Amino acid sequence: MKRRIETDVAIVGGGIVGASAALALRRKGVRVVLLERDLCGSRSSGVNYGGVRRQGRALVQLPLSLRAHGIWARLPELIGIDGEYIRSGHFKIARSEADMASLERYRDASRDFDLGIELLSGERLKALCPWLGGKAVGGSLCPEDGQANPRLVSPAFARAAQRAGAEIFERSPVDSVSHDGSGFTLQSGDRLEVHSAQLINCAGAWAGALATQFGEPVPMTSGHPAMAVTSPMPHFMDWSLGVEGGGVYGRQVARGNLVLGGGRGLALDADRARSSRDAIAALTTQAIALLPGLRHAQIIRTWSGTEGYLPDRQPVLGASRTTPGLLHGFGFAGAGFQVGPAAGEVLAELAHEGASSTPIEAFSIGRFSAASPVSSSSKD
Amino acid sequence: MTRTVIVGAGPAGIRAAQTLVEHGLRPVLLDEAARAGGQIYRRPPANFERPAEALYGTEAGRAKAVHAAIDGIADRIDYRPGSLVWNAQAGSLDVLDTATSTSRAVPYDRLIVATGATDRVLPVPGWTLPGTYSLGGSQVALKFQGCTIGRQVVFMGSGPLLYLVAYQYAKAGAQVVAVLDTATLADQAAASPRLLTKPATLAKGLYYLGWLRTHGVALHRGVRPVRVLGSDRVTGVVFHDGQSERTLSCDAVGFGHALRSETQLADLLGCRFAFSPVQRAHLPERDAAGRSSVEGVYLAGDGAGIQGADAAEWAGERAALALLQDEGMTVDPGRVSLLENRLSRIGVFRRGLERAFPFPEDWAAQAPDELVVCRCENITAGELRATVRDTGADEMNRLKALSRIGMGRCQGRMCGVAAAELLAHAAGVPIAQVGRLRGQAPIKPIPLGLSAGPEAAA
Ligand SMILES: Cc1cc2nc3c(=O)[nH]c(=O)nc-3n(C[C@H](O)[C@H](O)[C@H](O)COP(=O)(O)OP(=O)(O)OC[C@H]3O[C@@H](n4cnc5c(N)ncnc54)[C@H](O)[C@@H]3O)c2cc1C
Ligand SMILES: Cc1cc2nc3c(=O)[nH]c(=O)nc-3n(C[C@H](O)[C@H](O)[C@H](O)COP(=O)(O)OP(=O)(O)OC[C@H]3O[C@@H](n4cnc5c(N)ncnc54)[C@H](O)[C@@H]3O)c2cc1C
Repeated sequence: MKRRIETDVAIVGGGIVGASAALALRRKGVRVVLLERDLCGSRSSGVNYGGVRRQGRALVQLPLSLRAHGIWARLPELIGIDGEYIRSGHFKIARSEADMASLERYRDASRDFDLGIELLSGERLKALCPWLGGKAVGGSLCPEDGQANPRLVSPAFARAAQRAGAEIFERSPVDSVSHDGSGFTLQSGDRLEVHSAQLINCAGAWAGALATQFGEPVPMTSGHPAMAVTSPMPHFMDWSLGVEGGGVYGRQVARGNLVLGGGRGLALDADRARSSRDAIAALTTQAIALLPGLRHAQIIRTWSGTEGYLPDRQPVLGASRTTPGLLHGFGFAGAGFQVGPAAGEVLAELAHEGASSTPIEAFSIGRFSAASPVSSSSKD
Repeated sequence: MTRTVIVGAGPAGIRAAQTLVEHGLRPVLLDEAARAGGQIYRRPPANFERPAEALYGTEAGRAKAVHAAIDGIADRIDYRPGSLVWNAQAGSLDVLDTATSTSRAVPYDRLIVATGATDRVLPVPGWTLPGTYSLGGSQVALKFQGCTIGRQVVFMGSGPLLYLVAYQYAKAGAQVVAVLDTATLADQAAASPRLLTKPATLAKGLYYLGWLRTHGVALHRGVRPVRVLGSDRVTGVVFHDGQSERTLSCDAVGFGHALRSETQLADLLGCRFAFSPVQRAHLPERDAAGRSSVEGVYLAGDGAGIQGADAAEWAGERAALALLQDEGMTVDPGRVSLLENRLSRIGVFRRGLERAFPFPEDWAAQAPDELVVCRCENITAGELRATVRDTGADEMNRLKALSRIGMGRCQGRMCGVAAAELLAHAAGVPIAQVGRLRGQAPIKPIPLGLSAGPEAAA
């Protein structure tokens, strides 16, 4: 028999963004139903590298990112577990003077945001980190950035939302959505029908269809960051490492394993991806150049995920320009784990208060339509 | 020309290769092991040869035939021992040369996957103590290295290998303290009609049993293994015989519950899986000829479901014939139907074996909380139960994400069976419903410092 539910806000997608929005809405006392076609936190949000960094983000993202920084600080209180979140520091390596100059420019440009970035010379680095390969001429440390375990954190957001009273339906794909001018009706198979005044589209890399249905097509593509993990090694590194200009990145977890990322995986179909052969080959070579001690390590597992990318690599976050009551939060371009919890809060504010205290103009979906059809009820 | 590759040089892969050669093909045959033969007909290192009769006992004739088959086609195939297939991407395999730590891509148009099996392990407290081996591992020590795992050995668990390995150990001069079978005599009696469909095999089993008994080896049926004793290494075992707990002294334990299929490669290749109630496992689907759900990929032998060594030979040949048929070649229809008949009949015998040595379905209920299930990550039964209780996890990949089970070096190849049982029991769902751990490359750990070789021409 079909179950029919009335609610204030319906959310499509139980990634870190959707689950955070659900939790934030419940904390405001708003009724909320979340539908996830698979398991909450089983997609990008649960399989990512686990970097929780502000350093290196586009300046327009820093207000959101700083807001998230505050949320991460309260993680246990919010979701009931520590999620292996640690402020280990995020260190970005420069492999040339030009890269070093670019890190310096970023430090200067981001000064207003108080990231606490500290530049380290090549000599200091050598003294501090004998385990670093010869290529580093210096780098940039953001001491309060860190890392967490996405497998634990993202599902825990959904469980916390549920404990706070959100109705969460896993294995419940939203097959169709309709809008009758005042509210939304969502269907999930012949089992579930949800009626809501507002709808939040947090369907990750798959959010484009819903946006298109409401007359807001976005030029979103899917990307598949390649990941690998080694068997446990004696502990030698606290920082989460990145490289200016991209390439490989790595962090060592409490168990001693090194989680490595770099390059692109390959899509198996619209839903699934894995690390490609070329990516693994490139990643291993670069990882050894960066951390020569890894030469004797073994890779025990590789994986990837499916993430949405917009051309400017910024997310879509804010109200629909065509449909009152519709909000979007997707397209986080391989960097939404850290900002996800803040994106969720922003969406909850938009739904409940009609405006967010965090500047999000840069993320408007309107940036993709030449003639933006601004609807009168647009809230952002 | 069509590039044909076979993975696995056990009975299935060898017969497949031979069949392809007989029809004019020159397949690539990849195997991780140093020498061909697979698990059952494993050959010792070349400088360590011993007579087949000593190594394979009643199977010596078959072993010699399979070895002769591969030796006979050696110059007409491209055989690459020491080659671990660690990854697959459409139309090409990633192969690690274990001697040089180089990885190269081996392209294929058609592929026969004959990856065989490993032990199915249901842990008991104390199983991580030095001196504890899986049944298959105990046998490998004997066949490959010519040594026993201890002087006074207890074998426990269930399945045909239990009695076979005990027999082989006793013959090799080890003192077999006892054979502890979780199956009951009633199980074995109930299975006899089906087992009679392969009277020769049944007779062999009965022979081992009789031999063990006349040589004074204690046999206990219907037991429940309780724990392996010892602090630095094994000093004994405790089991429950139905009435009370009993203790035996020994310095080594071989244990296991039959076999499980090596399915990761089929998984990486995108083969569709289905749950097999008889084998209590998710297995890649194959038709009667061995075709998988993926065009150009064929499955043969224990890797697609445990059927034993004879069936592996037939399935290897049948899959090769299917491949040839799909290439538009004519094959002997009489041979095809003979093989298919044999393979369908083996199914009855298989079900008989499962009846004779039933899976101990109450294992999960009885596993104590402190039992280490995953050796790589040191995860206990209690932690798994707590994860299920606290998070509502009811599926294997979710359990893995939240508990780290299957996240270590073996990727669940050893702990997966037990974890699935515990999950199903704790979540109160049928075992079929908990799913299976998704295959992830590398199939086995690979060195980070591997260097890439050129793409191999096949
Ligand atoms: C391999 C990888 C590494 C990354 N590394 C980092 C990193 O180190 N740091 C960082 O900050 N970010 C990282 N990211 C990015 C980050 O993981 C994502 O930006 C973030 O998780 C996005 O969250 P989300 O909730 O938008 O999407 P998702 O987690 O993808 O969630 C969307 C959910 O919607 C569901 N869904 C889709 N359609 C429907 C439907 N019709 N009905 C119901 N449900 C539906 C999906 O099943 C999915 O669970 C990485 C991403 C990947 C893939
Ligand atoms: C340890 C052990 C002992 C056994 N002993 C007996 C016995 O005494 N009597 C009996 O009747 N049955 C025994 N069996 C069962 C018997 O081995 C099988 O029924 C039979 O060998 C199946 O043949 P196969 O060709 O399907 O696989 P196997 O003989 O298992 O051969 C598979 C081959 O594939 C190779 N391989 C697997 N994965 C890869 C990869 N990714 N890359 C490269 N190579 C790979 C392996 O190295 C192996 O050589 C035993 C099984 C095991 C696991």
